[in-house]
Amino acid sequence: MTSPISRGFHRRNRPAAGDGSKIPPGQYLTRDFPVLSAGPTPHTRLPDWTFSIRRGGQTLRSWSWPEFQALPAESVTVDIHCVTRWSKLGTAWRGVPIGAVLDQVEHDAQYVLAFSDGGYTTNLPVKDLTGGQAWLAFDYDGQPLAPEHGGPARLLVPHLYFWKSAKWVRGLELLDHDQPGFWESYGYHNYGDPWREQRYAGD
Amino acid sequence: MARTAVRGRLTWQVATVASVAAETDSVRTIRLEVPGWPGHRAGQHLDVRLTAEDGYSAERSYSVAAADGEPVAITVERLDDGEVSPYLTEELRSGDQLEVRGPIGNWFTWSTADGGPLLLVAGGSGVVPLRAILRHRLRSGSDVPVRLLYSSRTLADVIYRSELDQPADGAQVSYTLTRSQPPGWTGFSGRVDEAMLAKVAWQASENPLAFVCGPTRFVETVAELLVARDYPAARVKTERFGGA
Amino acid sequence: MELDGNAIGGLLRDVFGTEMTDAEATCGTCGAIGPVAETVVYLRAPGTVVRCRHCTSLLMVISHIRGLNCVDLGGLGALDVNQSQ
Repeated sequence: MTSPISRGFHRRNRPAAGDGSKIPPGQYLTRDFPVLSAGPTPHTRLPDWTFSIRRGGQTLRSWSWPEFQALPAESVTVDIHCVTRWSKLGTAWRGVPIGAVLDQVEHDAQYVLAFSDGGYTTNLPVKDLTGGQAWLAFDYDGQPLAPEHGGPARLLVPHLYFWKSAKWVRGLELLDHDQPGFWESYGYHNYGDPWREQRYAGD
Repeated sequence: MARTAVRGRLTWQVATVASVAAETDSVRTIRLEVPGWPGHRAGQHLDVRLTAEDGYSAERSYSVAAADGEPVAITVERLDDGEVSPYLTEELRSGDQLEVRGPIGNWFTWSTADGGPLLLVAGGSGVVPLRAILRHRLRSGSDVPVRLLYSSRTLADVIYRSELDQPADGAQVSYTLTRSQPPGWTGFSGRVDEAMLAKVAWQASENPLAFVCGPTRFVETVAELLVARDYPAARVKTERFGGA
Repeated sequence: MELDGNAIGGLLRDVFGTEMTDAEATCGTCGAIGPVAETVVYLRAPGTVVRCRHCTSLLMVISHIRGLNCVDLGGLGALDVNQSQ
């Protein structure tokens, strides 16, 4: 049975017709910034916060918040695409390019597993994190990143579905072999390119 | 009345809107005709699904506002930043159709056999399933003592006010208004706290059964306060709605 | 949005074929026991995530993939359905 159409119902906050921006297949535009989470919002205090690069159980390099803030940061405006089908254009962030962080350790890893407060993880190829494709973002829309949106710092990897932009990120585990993170373990696509609509494993 | 089915997958059914009635400026009670509705118990809810012309669909859960045996109805509060509630409260008209699934729930429910004394604590639209419990208690002629403590922002936000202002025998209703109170207000003011519960809640020694419903933070605060008054956690039933 | 197990009553009817809000869940991590109705639920996460109220460990993860509910119950130590319905 096909569902009856609910007379007059439509999704919220549709931008005006004629908005010719190109968005990935199966997505719709929103002006909201939905908060989606798999667990309680952590509230790590800045004096306790560190970001680490780890490999095989060892911490190769770690930054405290002041050390992290001293790294070269840049302002970027990007479009973001959530696997739950909303896309938000022109989001403004400030963050440290991940290449700048990875450059500070000697490694030959091909993959990383990003890990966050609260236990969330997501995996990415190293080559998707370098070359101006990814940041450790700490400001959104001119303000310090709010905890509900992943503050104090989150990954920002706009060319992939936004579940890869791990909130509350605390480090990167360097891997020789790719390993699925949280949603990747529960049936979501291992890579997650929105332009090829890679939502689920097997897409 | 046939016993509410709890086995088997629920299918989505097409419901027709019988009426939409204003409770407050932002709250509507929507009566539904659902062919083959198996009946419901006080405290249960149903899921609503809306489908737009482009195929976009949204689902939400709403507590049944009616007692066992009464026609199915839900009470919906319009959330300013909502997607479904503005549609249900402002656009929906008699004769419109939507899909429902239910009734759902076997924990946050009350039947007369569950006994009491009952303590019902409502935050905002959390009053909806508790009102169903009160109506069921009345319709079934139960003499279980019940007290409702109902927190709202202002008097104008109180849902079902005329009904609650005339509680049945053995039922007591207390209001607390958190944002503003009218001149001459003799009810409570401010958020539900230890002092207020000390005045309203049954003693733990009376073996009360509590139902707490409303926004997540409200429910957690109240449930914690009741447990601190020695209510066993298993006798404090909670249902959290979204929001603060 | 942080809700409780009542909010997924319909989804769980779909998954299990019976009412589950009053099923007794045992956390596989801390051993806490309580009704599914009182678990902590995160909706639309992209999947549905159910956590233990006492220790926040994962109890269930339900992904909605190509029209199917993909259910992982690995975090549960036990799940006892109320038979006396």
